[in-house]
Amino acid sequence: MDAIALLIAATLSSGTVLALAALGLLINERAGIVNLGAEGMMLIAAIAGFATAVHTGSDWLAFAAGAGAGALLAATFGVLVIWLNTNQYATGLALSLFGSGFSAFVGINYVQAKLSERPHFQLPWLADIPLLGPALFRQHPMVYAAIALTAGLAWFLYRSRAGLVLRAVGESPESAHALGYPVRRIRLAAVLAGGALCGLSGAYISVVYTPLWVEGMIAGKGWIALALTTFATWRPARVLLGAYLFGGVTMLQFYLQGEGVQVSAQLLTMLPYLSTIVVLVLISRNAGWIRVNMPASLGKPFFPGS
Amino acid sequence: MLKLEPRPAPSRVMSIASPLLALAITVLIGVVLFLLLGKDPLRGLQVFFVEPLKSAQALSELAVKAVPLLLIALGLAVCFRSNVWNIGAEGQFVLGAIAAGGVAMLAEPAGSGIGRWIVVPILLAGVLGGMAWAAIVALLRDRFNANEILVSLMLVYVADQVLGYLVYGPWKDPDGYNFPQTITFLASTKIPRLFDGLRVNIGLPIALLAVAGFWAFLFRTYAGFQLQVGGLAPAAARYAGFSSRRALWTALLLSGGMAGLAGGLEAAGPLGQLTPHVPAGYGFAAIIVAFVGRLHPVGIVFSAILMSMFYIGGELAQSRLGLPKSLTGVFQGLLLFTLLACDTLIHYRLRWKPAHVPAEAPPAGTDQPAAAEGQA
Repeated sequence: MDAIALLIAATLSSGTVLALAALGLLINERAGIVNLGAEGMMLIAAIAGFATAVHTGSDWLAFAAGAGAGALLAATFGVLVIWLNTNQYATGLALSLFGSGFSAFVGINYVQAKLSERPHFQLPWLADIPLLGPALFRQHPMVYAAIALTAGLAWFLYRSRAGLVLRAVGESPESAHALGYPVRRIRLAAVLAGGALCGLSGAYISVVYTPLWVEGMIAGKGWIALALTTFATWRPARVLLGAYLFGGVTMLQFYLQGEGVQVSAQLLTMLPYLSTIVVLVLISRNAGWIRVNMPASLGKPFFPGS
Repeated sequence: MLKLEPRPAPSRVMSIASPLLALAITVLIGVVLFLLLGKDPLRGLQVFFVEPLKSAQALSELAVKAVPLLLIALGLAVCFRSNVWNIGAEGQFVLGAIAAGGVAMLAEPAGSGIGRWIVVPILLAGVLGGMAWAAIVALLRDRFNANEILVSLMLVYVADQVLGYLVYGPWKDPDGYNFPQTITFLASTKIPRLFDGLRVNIGLPIALLAVAGFWAFLFRTYAGFQLQVGGLAPAAARYAGFSSRRALWTALLLSGGMAGLAGGLEAAGPLGQLTPHVPAGYGFAAIIVAFVGRLHPVGIVFSAILMSMFYIGGELAQSRLGLPKSLTGVFQGLLLFTLLACDTLIHYRLRWKPAHVPAEAPPAGTDQPAAAEGQA
């Protein structure tokens, strides 16, 4: 029973990583922008957050540094894609390639660094419930923040005026422009929010989840987060659910190894990547359904006629 | 203030000038970076742009790294021209290396009696390995509409694990002190070198032949033409009856095969055995090579040499200047970034417009007829 509780707890933590990044990418994509630079932003945010945590000892400053780094990189991406009309795929790819090089470059002195004793969190009273306590109520505050963020984002997108405008920009930038909305500034704002959330996720990985810095430590989580938005057909609640599902798959490998199951370590490491492919195949099979749910202007540039 | 204005037609001059401009900006950023790190920028530039050209030995090393980049980028150029986003060449490279390595090890029991011709099946196995890995992407895209960007990338991580499984498991060298590596391949299975004492091998002439082949395919065959129309104007291609499915398969199999060939040449050439360090990032760097070379086979020759200089420069910067080797990745990423920004100037031009001019002012000269046409 304890093992199950620990597995659930680990799944929530691992899912939070993916949820934060995927929710950010969801905001991007709802405005019509695909940012393939998620992996690069998370890598740079991871080292920015880790370095901040090493020097200041504050996790919260580390999160702020990660989010700031993510937003800064996203701003570069946004200006290129939105104002200079560069290809979104190529530009995002450039960001990911730059991120993996740059993070390795600045992170070289932090490879051996250790963070101070990690604090333990638990909710008073709730944490003592048998089974449920260790499974659900001894998490890092960021785990609950991700759930709150999901609810907040769902409200924003479907219940607020600003969310409606954001979706309109993603569905038909021409119409939004004709109505007088500043399409490009709205898109930039969405890209910045997406970058900040990817950054937050990166910092959470290096400061709380792992916690250490190794070159290339994001190990494809940015790409899995990108796949999650499709998997969730661009809906916040489904993103969270999908993130926990993938978090569970990631954690399953450690659980199975702990249980002494005789499967090669490499096969277990493959699991999250293989399941991403399988899920993508299952969800994309119905092309019509994807088309109905996908923001109509996704990936397409918008250049207001001068 | 500065404004972007669409050009009536894409500028051919900017299309060639843009990579050079991007390189200049990247070098400029590099100089600033060296200054910030307290290193002599001249020394830094020398390490990247002079030392790799200094001797026959250096040129040979330059070619050793340029050949895989060139081979992979040729295939990717076909992909990107037909709007198929294969970004998993790294995984196809690894599978090519695994398949080629597997055949090379089959030669082991036959001993030294084996002839030089064994190199042919080794390289063919590499091509097939890469093709098979890319075929998964094509199949899932074709049959299930699964996004090729994500699938090809996920398969990179899977390929790394397949390699890991083999070198830690069934293919581990029994006399290798438990290191994760295969046996060293037989001397007769090694890719023949061009000159004594230099590491450059027959991969170089193969790559140059491939350049000619890809040029002919893209610009002198109907199939190549169909692919490019499909990439530039999918609707026109559909109307002309060009099969987008065939374009998808052709692009992916070609690029997978080329990446696999590069992997085979690497495994049976400079490496001579399989280790977890087979993936060296060539598959990702080749994406940059393809774009900087304007997706043109001849342009890619130059950009592959440039990117190889970045690799060697990074290694030298580590040994001579005490800077991390990952400097290479920083410059590679920067180059693609600046290139994409400069490419804007192909389709748009910069115009200085005074900010206080009222918005109602009639647009100047060339815009007038177009506007009138729109109303007619």
